[in-house]
Amino acid sequence: MKARVHVMLKDGVLDPQGEAVRHALGHLGFSGVEAVRQGKVIELDLAATDKTAAEAEVKAMCEKLLANTVIEKYTIEIA
Amino acid sequence: MKAAIITFPGSNCDRDLADAFAKAGAEVVRVWHKDTVLPSGVDVIGVPGGFSYGDYLRCGAIASRSPIGQAVVDFAARGGYVIGICNGFQVLTEMGLLPGALMRNASLKFVCKPVTLKVATTDSAFTAPYAKGAEVVFPVAHHDGNYTIDAEGLKALQGEDRVAFRYAQNPNGSVDDIAGVLSANRRVLGMMPHPERAVDPTQGGTDGAALFRALSGMLAQA
Repeated sequence: MKARVHVMLKDGVLDPQGEAVRHALGHLGFSGVEAVRQGKVIELDLAATDKTAAEAEVKAMCEKLLANTVIEKYTIEIA
Repeated sequence: MKAAIITFPGSNCDRDLADAFAKAGAEVVRVWHKDTVLPSGVDVIGVPGGFSYGDYLRCGAIASRSPIGQAVVDFAARGGYVIGICNGFQVLTEMGLLPGALMRNASLKFVCKPVTLKVATTDSAFTAPYAKGAEVVFPVAHHDGNYTIDAEGLKALQGEDRVAFRYAQNPNGSVDDIAGVLSANRRVLGMMPHPERAVDPTQGGTDGAALFRALSGMLAQA
């Protein structure tokens, strides 16, 4: 079973890297970019076969390590 | 007084930190990240700067969950003294021993220079030897020193007098110019600037020596 975790800075937390990307896009002539937020994607191969159990396990991983919930939020896709 | 200095793969200020404690009269023991228990009789833990685990995932994240990590958390929970500098500060926030988080510098640039700090509180073993509002110069060297905390957390830090140091000129965008913070019991200090790089005239300054001397002296009496 595969899981994909998206980790993003929480809304309201300033993302200086996203801002730098937005500026660079502006320099390249993409004038319509109003905001950029940069995050990360973490792909996991899991031994679990039960979707609900896998989801609960990945959620625990996010809370303990994969995301810093002080500043980050996450979403989990299981496939 | 016995100080335990932890070394993670990628730590690079561990020896400087050990030297600073030794110079202040402490007995220094070095602890490896794979150790699971601290040597007996440790009075203070030093979590050094560097790039633990290559800054993978987030700065300090992997180190905070390393085998020695739980021993550090337990030590702090028992009321032990802990100082985390630079990457060590990041590790302590990731462990949950200090509130908030360190984000990428607002400038996106690595900042490496001596900076002037103002001592924001003298109510801690770390800052007691300084005068409140006194200016000290410690070097900074970091890419992710932009301290952030939610509004409620910031209010608590300010209300409880837990900001240890503030930047005179903010080099990284940190909220309220915060350079270092204390835990609720005032025994855990995290700071981005490096007092251990300011303990000998050959380093360009000695403003940090008082911090290590005070810590060694106070804990020797305890």
